[in-house]
Amino acid sequence: MSGIPHDHYEPKTNGEKWLHSRLPIVGLLYDTLMIPTPKNLNWMWIWGIVLTFCLALQIVTGIVLVMHYTPHVDMAFASIEHIMRNVNGGYMIRYLHMNGASLFFVAVYIHIFRGLFYGSYKAPREITWIIGMLIYLMMMGTAFMGYVLPWGQMSFWGATVITGLFGAIPFVGEAIQTWLLGGPAVDNATLNRFFSLHYLLPFIIAALVVVHIWAFHTTGNNNPTGVEVRRGSKADAEKDTLPFWPYFVIKDLFALAVILVVFWAIVGYMPNYLGHPDNYIEANPLVTPAHIVPEWYFLPFYAILRAFTGEVWVVQIASFVTGGIVDAKFFGVLAMFGAILAMALAPWLDTSSVRSGKYRPMFKWWFYLLIVDFFALMWLGAMPAEEPYATFSLIASAYWFGYFFVILPLLGVIEKPEVPPETIEEDFNAHYGKADADATPAE
Amino acid sequence: MSHAEDHEGTRRDFLYYVAGGAGVVATGAVVWPLVNQMNPSADVQAMSSIRQDVSGVEPGTQLTVKWLGKPVFIRHRTGVEIQEAAQQDEEGLAALPDPLARNANLNPDAPATDANRVMPSPEGEAPGAWIVQMGVCTHLGCVPLGDAGDFGGWFCPCHGSHYDLAGRIRKGPAPENLPIPPVEWVDASTIKLG
Repeated sequence: MSGIPHDHYEPKTNGEKWLHSRLPIVGLLYDTLMIPTPKNLNWMWIWGIVLTFCLALQIVTGIVLVMHYTPHVDMAFASIEHIMRNVNGGYMIRYLHMNGASLFFVAVYIHIFRGLFYGSYKAPREITWIIGMLIYLMMMGTAFMGYVLPWGQMSFWGATVITGLFGAIPFVGEAIQTWLLGGPAVDNATLNRFFSLHYLLPFIIAALVVVHIWAFHTTGNNNPTGVEVRRGSKADAEKDTLPFWPYFVIKDLFALAVILVVFWAIVGYMPNYLGHPDNYIEANPLVTPAHIVPEWYFLPFYAILRAFTGEVWVVQIASFVTGGIVDAKFFGVLAMFGAILAMALAPWLDTSSVRSGKYRPMFKWWFYLLIVDFFALMWLGAMPAEEPYATFSLIASAYWFGYFFVILPLLGVIEKPEVPPETIEEDFNAHYGKADADATPAE
Repeated sequence: MSHAEDHEGTRRDFLYYVAGGAGVVATGAVVWPLVNQMNPSADVQAMSSIRQDVSGVEPGTQLTVKWLGKPVFIRHRTGVEIQEAAQQDEEGLAALPDPLARNANLNPDAPATDANRVMPSPEGEAPGAWIVQMGVCTHLGCVPLGDAGDFGGWFCPCHGSHYDLAGRIRKGPAPENLPIPPVEWVDASTIKLG
């Protein structure tokens, strides 16, 4: 199924031949695992495996947690405490699930920014990128609904605020919000459906992951140079690549082991560091916590949501032009989803002829600034909604949109990129030396 | 012979449309119940109407009750607060982000004057002594805090919306004044919501 020429699976024994002529499943797995992979991949290419691991971890721990959880407003909070105190090893399973979500988002953000720097989104990998963005959106939905299930104060009020976003849609907003909640406010109906969807979405994500892998197995992996693997012949392709198994699998698993050391330390020694104490207070519809903060992985986009208040001139113009249909509230919602849409549109906004940021002298600095901007937004999202944070949020949000809608299109025109190496082999040899490259990799 | 070149309405075309139409209707008939089951169920929908004894609510205090899953603020204003509210009415009326009263007991286009926001007072009390409103911020649905904010009314801690003594939005991201639910006096000390 890959466009890069390589050896395919050949059934040898009679049994293998029997199966292969009926269902070529071994061949499919073999070709998937043995895909020729650019041999110059750096450590930023390990996050796919970490993400796959996270999905498996969340599904396994999640299925186990459901065996002890009760999705009812009167019993949900108590059933979480039951898991924490009574169920054998329950506290560890729950802490793994809670912090697993954080590891999942750490990995996905690095994975996304890797793609943004090395131009992995550019032709012919747009479909891989779009599928990835869909997975990211579904991850956010799943994480949000999962956070509601313990029925703590942050669960309840987070759900109220986020479903309130849909209420901001002109004309039909309130009907949609009521439909989503199953009543006038967040209540038992909401908890039940969130539980159902929280269980469903990971399996849809798993299916999308298969499509994601299928797509980039068709185009081949990107690599730090952004130069394509030579496909003229199998011999050419072999100069640029190594099979995924065992070379990259072992490398990725080593990286995963290192990451899991850190992860395990957090789960074991500071499992609540990334959570909020307020969520250990049972939900109360009559009292809002003094400071509602979403989980850290939502903070950058939450900051963008809050940045556009009625005093901002862009909002006032939008309100005037649309005759008041787009008010400050709806504008904030549009901005938040627009910030994610901007990333999804990157393949068509980036006009540069060079794929990898490594060879783009001006792009590099704007990109580094985008990363700083991302962390600034994350910090601002956790701050109270007052000055000077409001102004900072506005500036940081403006840069986020500016990067995608102004800087990326313009750079392709005004920037003079450096010349990337001719081949991946050339890049590899420059890095590791010709002699080593000529020797057959140790087996 | 291609069927696409056959421009006259044939028996086959008719069958295509009928079959296609039936397919669309059947799909809709299957999908709609699946969508509609998420709407509020009968018990939730049953518009509950509650009565609340407010004889214990002293001037200067606020009672929060739960109605339709949401908090309702019942505020008993002091004489000073009534005066301050009148002053806010005079100074701020022109600059209100939301000029409508949002009072379910009045016309939808009633202006947001203090008089249009408060409840009619029971006998023996100054006008404007009682104000009843939903305790749900019109921004994203948090519960605002009483006796707080730049205008002495309510302040939403989530995203910094300031409401004045009549529950009108004055500053911050919230687009509308706090809505006033259908409310009336049953007797001198009991309020009926809904």
